[in-house]
Amino acid sequence: MTTMVEAINAALRDSLADDEKVLVFGQDVGRLGGVFRVTDGLQDRFGPNRCFDTPLAESAIVGTAIGLAMRGFRPVPEIQFDGFSYPAFEQIISHLAKLRNRTRGAITLPITLRIPSHGGVGAIEHHSESPETYFVHTAGLKVVTPATPADAYSLLRESISSDDPIVFLEPKRRYYSTIDLELPVTTEPIGRAVIRRSGTDATLVGYGPSTGIALDAADAAADEGISLEVIDLRSLVPLDIHTVVESVRRTGRCVIVHEAARTLGMGAELAALVQEHAFYDLEAPVLRATGFDTPNPPPRLEHHWLPDIDRVLDCVEQTMAHR
Amino acid sequence: MMDISDDVLRDLHRRMVRIRQFEEGAGKLAEQAKLPGFLHLYVGEEAVAAGACAALTDEDQITSTHRGHGHLVAKGGDFRRMMAELMGRATGYCKGKGGSMHISDLSLGMLGANGIVGAGTPIAVGAAFANRYRDNGKVALAFFGDGATNIGAFHEAANMACALHLPIVFMCENNGYGEFTPREKTMAITDVVDRAAGYGMPGVIVDGMDAVAVYEAAVEAVARARAGDGPTMIEAKTYRYYNHHGVQNMGVQYRTDDEIEAWKKRDPISGLEARMAELGVMSADDATAVWAEVEAELGDAVQFAEDSPFPEPEALLSDVYTVMEGAAR
Repeated sequence: MTTMVEAINAALRDSLADDEKVLVFGQDVGRLGGVFRVTDGLQDRFGPNRCFDTPLAESAIVGTAIGLAMRGFRPVPEIQFDGFSYPAFEQIISHLAKLRNRTRGAITLPITLRIPSHGGVGAIEHHSESPETYFVHTAGLKVVTPATPADAYSLLRESISSDDPIVFLEPKRRYYSTIDLELPVTTEPIGRAVIRRSGTDATLVGYGPSTGIALDAADAAADEGISLEVIDLRSLVPLDIHTVVESVRRTGRCVIVHEAARTLGMGAELAALVQEHAFYDLEAPVLRATGFDTPNPPPRLEHHWLPDIDRVLDCVEQTMAHR
Repeated sequence: MMDISDDVLRDLHRRMVRIRQFEEGAGKLAEQAKLPGFLHLYVGEEAVAAGACAALTDEDQITSTHRGHGHLVAKGGDFRRMMAELMGRATGYCKGKGGSMHISDLSLGMLGANGIVGAGTPIAVGAAFANRYRDNGKVALAFFGDGATNIGAFHEAANMACALHLPIVFMCENNGYGEFTPREKTMAITDVVDRAAGYGMPGVIVDGMDAVAVYEAAVEAVARARAGDGPTMIEAKTYRYYNHHGVQNMGVQYRTDDEIEAWKKRDPISGLEARMAELGVMSADDATAVWAEVEAELGDAVQFAEDSPFPEPEALLSDVYTVMEGAAR
């Protein structure tokens, strides 16, 4: 049995072993092995120069990665929690994302910024954020969102070998879910969405932590005779809108599921694209099952806040009401 | 006092004259509306870039600032490609997409000017880490202003460089103003270098109007870094003759004429020329010849830039990613 944490650890280990230019660093990733144990054993195996602890200083962590990349390295820095990426925002938005364009390709930054992200672990605000919209909105970054241990391994390997800066959002609520998995594994490449479950009545679109919610909702709906198709986007930039549109053309209905707050979340962009490309195939308005437009809540209230099976099925019911 | 050779004096002089002429030329072009965007001129601060870069090799790295032309010129930057970039031409260092504030030249170890105050310092830390990792004896030097020491990125970078004992020099150009606000309104200390002790690195104050003094301090700091003895911070007290951006003061008198004139009396280039004349290293004719040579180089660069095409509009859509997999967004 393999957990997502083990899959990511293996991807880092195999990348470090394959390419001496790969460096892993961040707060507590070295001696401790990471607060989620994701980098466990890497410093022992590869030494304190290739897997090292930094000060708790996110701007310096990302800036250091940029300087290393300019000198030929392939850095894989970790930001310990989603909300901690905000102190590094300036380096990410103004430099990591833009240096290639600014220099017309004279500088490439093969950096994979790993960020344990999203809610569901009973932590308040800055330890449970869904920051993807900020990064998706910024040209020059790719945003990769694995939902399964196999994708976590394969997409991370691919991200580390990519020459573009990648924000790699790990769904920490799925870190310790186990599946039968042989590593190494190669899954569909970045930029390809995958249909996780076929169905005919409506299309559910998820990514990262919400793919699992969508699948659970589809299970529950099947008991009531409703057939839901579930698409896992896997990466938000690039976005495989083609797979989504093809599915909606078949089902005529679409519900987007994400933890991030609703306004200007990925659901807004997806809804716009779906109506642009499949307007005459839609039987009902595109709906969104999302977090609320409020700050991420404290632990005791979190289950009321995060989209769950019921919130997804409510949306499905609303779309099905249009006949 | 180290023994400064005649060649080093001539080298410092030429680097400063190149910066001065490039900047005066850029200022004139801006006033003729030939340079788009903002322009932060380095005139007055030449001794800092010249002294620091003369202490480095081509393989050492620098990070630069929004006031960065002087740093690249001092590091050996090509006038043609620089002027073309300032004028937004496709033949510029960044093919017209970087502009005044974002020129870089990896072949010279110039890792980029930077429009965000303080933002270059953590990038220099990364370059310094790379040097130490490869054990290559190279040094990174971060240029930044007095104002940058008030921003978080500088603090994070200085602390991390010292904690990791990296081969880096922090070169503070204290020109007394953060944009339009005098230093004494934005920090409670007189000498920026007082901050160095808080990170655990030595701090040195030098006269930033004296290229030789800057050079001596930089040579020592670079030698420490190369020897594996960690970071040094240098504070060069200097002054910019022109406005924060552009040439004119926008009609806002935030500095007195007396103050500006007092600093100009200590001009780094005429000061060095007087010293070299006294030492018999450079006659007035020699100096004139240098100015004339550089003037010709500048004239050629301006002509080159003016003859160069602007980027095609399609350039807006390129060079964002190396590849975009699957369906483009």
